Amino acid sequence: MKKHWWKILTVLLLVYTFIAGLLGPVPRLPLLQETIRNLYFHVCMWFAMMILFMVSVVHSIRYLNTLKPELDRAARLYAGTGILFGLLGYGTGAIWASFTWADPNIPILDSFSTIARDPKLIGAAVALLVYAAYMILRDSINDIDKRARISAVYNIFAFVLLFPAIWILPRVLPSLHPGNDGNPALDVKNDISADMRMVFYPAVLGWTLLGVWITQLKIRLQVLVDKKLGL
Amino acid sequence: MSHIFSLIKKDLLLELRQQYSFYGLLLYGAATLFLLFMAIESPEAHVWNGLFWITQLFICINAVAKAFLQESRGRMLYYFTLNHPTHFILAKLFYNGILMLVMSAISLLFFLVLMGNPIDKMGAFIGMVFLGGFSLSLVFGFLAAIAARAQQNAAVMAILGFPVIIPQVVLLMRLSSTAFSPLVNVPVSTILLLLALDALVILLAVILFPFLWKD
Repeated sequence: MKKHWWKILTVLLLVYTFIAGLLGPVPRLPLLQETIRNLYFHVCMWFAMMILFMVSVVHSIRYLNTLKPELDRAARLYAGTGILFGLLGYGTGAIWASFTWADPNIPILDSFSTIARDPKLIGAAVALLVYAAYMILRDSINDIDKRARISAVYNIFAFVLLFPAIWILPRVLPSLHPGNDGNPALDVKNDISADMRMVFYPAVLGWTLLGVWITQLKIRLQVLVDKKLGL
Repeated sequence: MSHIFSLIKKDLLLELRQQYSFYGLLLYGAATLFLLFMAIESPEAHVWNGLFWITQLFICINAVAKAFLQESRGRMLYYFTLNHPTHFILAKLFYNGILMLVMSAISLLFFLVLMGNPIDKMGAFIGMVFLGGFSLSLVFGFLAAIAARAQQNAAVMAILGFPVIIPQVVLLMRLSSTAFSPLVNVPVSTILLLLALDALVILLAVILFPFLWKD
């Protein structure tokens, strides 16, 4: 029980997110209207993705220092969960944008090519492509030690180059996405109302913990698989 | 420093003695351009700019790939006994940089001859081409090291490299697009940003290469 308190917390936070997120008070803004509730899902996916990728890269750095195989395994699986959250974030964002930035009467597929040019979406797509490349590189090497070391090096290299891109590109290119002056996604203090922050912060924590939980289960499964293979 | 210099000299000598690879690269660039020349007649400035950087990207992958992929396992082991990994990677990166500067100049010349000349600020554009070629060669140089250690070919290098290079190419395209119009000034901050990214790549390569190197 002592070890599982955070899982109970995850469930409670997510139940709260859904109830308060769908029923709670939100400001009436032109264009956004009720779609603003997507903030509790779309933005949280990105937060969770960023945090999971950071956890992955920290595991890679620690792997290069200690060469412990469990760290490599964790780096791989955290990146995998990060990709999952990234895809969900991209999907929720694209649907949201098609109703607010584009004409909602036009099918989403027709307006997508215009929306996808937005620098924040470019950054998001680049992040997903980088981690997909990481997975391909990792699975293409058969030697276990070599695989761990090379993919850890690529993970760190790509992460360090990726992040300037995410911070810099939105400032150089024009964008419709909130948070244009400085902040890459949105300015939590000024962009959203106090009521919404009461739901937003728990939602971020809840989704991130869910990501960690999923990854923990995947790691335990992978340990069993590796044991069966005699590693 | 003298180690790095002698490693660069060795690569240059190899290049001079196996000239077929350089000519192969030249032919690759020329053939790509001729294909573009056949496909598009006198493109507008922004199309010209986009095509130019995409061509540079592909030339860079081919130029840089062989720097590591041509080294056999045994020869890498030999270098391992002789050199410090930092010297080795720096020598490779700078050699690739030089090679890419030469290739950039040649492909710019081809472009001007075949695709017309929509450039307004020629001096600034030449500078950007060299900066861009050098930046691309640095990133792909390190990725070639990764691909070579993973015993993969140039295709894997492209898979690893394209997502990472997108931001730099976007910055380069935006920077160079200013050279086409007499009304816009060249943004110095973007140049500094690209130089800072180059420094970051060199730093990362120096930190991370020793981990790739040992087996």
